[in-house]
Amino acid sequence: MSPVPITTEPVKTFKINGQDVSARETESILQAARAHNIDIPTLCHLEGLSSTGACRLCMVEIKGSNKLFPACVTRVQEGIEVMTHSERLVKYRRMLMELIFSERNHVCAVCVVNGHCELQSTAQKLGMDHVRYPYLNPQLEVDASHERYAVDHNRCILCTRCVRVCDEIETAHTWDVMGRGIGSKVITDFNQPWGESETCTRCGKCVNVCPTGALFEKGKSVAEMAKQRQFLPYLVSRREAMIE
Amino acid sequence: MTNEELLAVMEQERQAKGQLKYCVQVCSSTGCASSNSEAVAAALQQQVKEANLQETVQVKLVGCMGLCALGPLVEIERVQIQPGAPPDVLLYQSVTPADAPDIVAGLASGQPVRRLRLEMDDPFFTRQTKVVLAQAGRIDPERIEDYIAEGGYQALFKALAEMTPAEVIEEVSKSGLRGRGGGGYPTGLKWNTVAKVQSDQKYLICNADEGDPGAFMDRSILESDPHLVIEGMIIGAYAVGANKGYVYVRAEYPLAVKRMRQAIRQAERAGFLGQNICGADFSFNVEIRLGAGAFVCGEETALMASIEGRRGAPRPRPPYPAASGLWGKPTLINNVETFANVPGIILNGGDAYARVGTEKSKGTKIFALTGKVNHTGLIEVPMGVTLREVIYEIGGGIPDGRRFKAVQTGGPSGGCIPEQFLDTPVDYESLSALGSIMGSGGMIVIDDSSSMIDVAKYFMEFSKEESCGKCVPCRVGTAQMYDLLCKFSAGEATEFDLRLLEDLCDLVRNTSLCGLGQTAPNPVISTLKYFRDEYLAKIKKPEEVFGVAARANGRAPGQVEQTA
Repeated sequence: MSPVPITTEPVKTFKINGQDVSARETESILQAARAHNIDIPTLCHLEGLSSTGACRLCMVEIKGSNKLFPACVTRVQEGIEVMTHSERLVKYRRMLMELIFSERNHVCAVCVVNGHCELQSTAQKLGMDHVRYPYLNPQLEVDASHERYAVDHNRCILCTRCVRVCDEIETAHTWDVMGRGIGSKVITDFNQPWGESETCTRCGKCVNVCPTGALFEKGKSVAEMAKQRQFLPYLVSRREAMIE
Repeated sequence: MTNEELLAVMEQERQAKGQLKYCVQVCSSTGCASSNSEAVAAALQQQVKEANLQETVQVKLVGCMGLCALGPLVEIERVQIQPGAPPDVLLYQSVTPADAPDIVAGLASGQPVRRLRLEMDDPFFTRQTKVVLAQAGRIDPERIEDYIAEGGYQALFKALAEMTPAEVIEEVSKSGLRGRGGGGYPTGLKWNTVAKVQSDQKYLICNADEGDPGAFMDRSILESDPHLVIEGMIIGAYAVGANKGYVYVRAEYPLAVKRMRQAIRQAERAGFLGQNICGADFSFNVEIRLGAGAFVCGEETALMASIEGRRGAPRPRPPYPAASGLWGKPTLINNVETFANVPGIILNGGDAYARVGTEKSKGTKIFALTGKVNHTGLIEVPMGVTLREVIYEIGGGIPDGRRFKAVQTGGPSGGCIPEQFLDTPVDYESLSALGSIMGSGGMIVIDDSSSMIDVAKYFMEFSKEESCGKCVPCRVGTAQMYDLLCKFSAGEATEFDLRLLEDLCDLVRNTSLCGLGQTAPNPVISTLKYFRDEYLAKIKKPEEVFGVAARANGRAPGQVEQTA
């Protein structure tokens, strides 16, 4: 954890799983929880990028409400009592993981990120040892037209981290999403081969933020692709410092 | 335009009408137009000309008259000499261009054409209460003068000249009007919230992205009385302090788009839109934005993203549009029918409006009555009438001597209501207590020839196709639920599948990001609740799945689990 900067921003105190916690008013429940070493699983969220609330794994309960709240986009409030691991939430998270695994073709044994994969480690953490839903087994392509990187849509979970890092940090906006529903797909430029993209700067940020083996460096074999994320908090803090 | 000029236009129109003996009104809305009503109008025009009756008979194209099943509809209005006398009208059904000579001959002789005549004392006409649709099917939607002649834009003058924005909101709050798009959020409260936010720029959006299968209320309002919506929007903009408005209408409604465009131009020319409207210190402009065919763009945050030129995907709320909407500015977003209710509230007062309806649901509601019902069409009824009255009296019951099975309200977000609840009053709370919703006003009647599993499957396919794909439960959950429903439909399901389906309903409803996903399981949940037998009848017995040996080794049916 980086040292908490001194701020005049108001602080809220509340409870997570019965434990008293405090956070700055603009922080999310997820940030507050992580600052207090309370683990809430996430897949689409990555500190340094905007939050979209898409994977729904970080849903928490707040006492007094029947609704569930995505912790990554819900601001802290004075006096609330947050529950992060109720029986219901644990069940839902596991089901969500099973849905993700059923959607495309996730085969860990032959994957470049086997052992370094966020999808894999999150599934293990949530105790997902099998999938009850039928695998949808879609026919998807691999685009290896780029000289350094490749995208394997079979392993994409549509978290849109690549889209966000390319837009928000690299500001190239090479990546976007096309189609809708179960037919959604991340694309480069106007659904052109990545190698022919005129906007791609070859920076590789998308590859390194990708939680799965969907984006990887060419030449990496099974289990060899470990992602490097140190650049993100560094760039974000440098940028904030420049703005101030 | 000043108030005097407005009254002058009104007087001029009345005098012009006074010269006539008959007004022949031909429906030109999408329903009747698809059965050739424009050719009917042309034939009538031709016959009038040949009979040399142009001086006393006017043929005009009007909007929807409601009884779409029997279109093209032609209404003959005998112009009354005395003002205020009850209208003397008769209605012809299923008119073809070949009927034109008889109709015009009937005008000359004063004898109606019996074979085409539609009885106006049918409950379809007598049991309705037309407030929003009062002028639909009577005025020419392409002429602002027609709208003005019936008292149009007087509410705007009243609001601008006699009321402060706060008083306008007060009146709307008093009326008890609730959002007609389906949510039922109190309109006055929403307006008040937007009005209170301090900002140099505020936006107003009219949501006309009607997409529920079987629903065409908003389309008909826009096609039949576009100025009513525009007037409601201007009053709304005045109340909350917005100076820029958008009508977000789906491109699949070309006639509604055309008429709305035309109406906006006419309103601009008359000075109802633009700078210093009617001389007041208030400016407001309206632009049309076309939806490119995504159902999810009816969801307000997705709609705003689409207007901004981004991918139409919803975002988590809060912040709500009232605080941070279009381009981050406070935005008032209401449905077409909600805005169409506003001029009447301002003109007659909120209290008068609140006299119609139930305790918590005030006013009238427009429904698109479709499916296995005799009188398919567009109806407007007071809140609180029972489903039985709507289906059996106004709707004329079930055709072909079949039995009623269920009524589906609220489209893909709603549920199926079975026969035992037919006496339920139609209002927001009663319908949601039954596991359905009021929704925007689609009402699909289902008879005993339909399988409820197929109904659920149909709506699930719709939700699956229309899911934006952003959040996992909606994107993958609806696809898995659809596949499971296909298994049930084909008689291939197991007990394990039933459990999976019920668990998915619970997950998708509680964890989806926006309303589309949260309500997508409703057709399944409600059919599972009221027609469970149909699902159970489709489940395979254990011996059918594994053979007779399966029972012997005690394995539960369908308990085949895949390993990751």
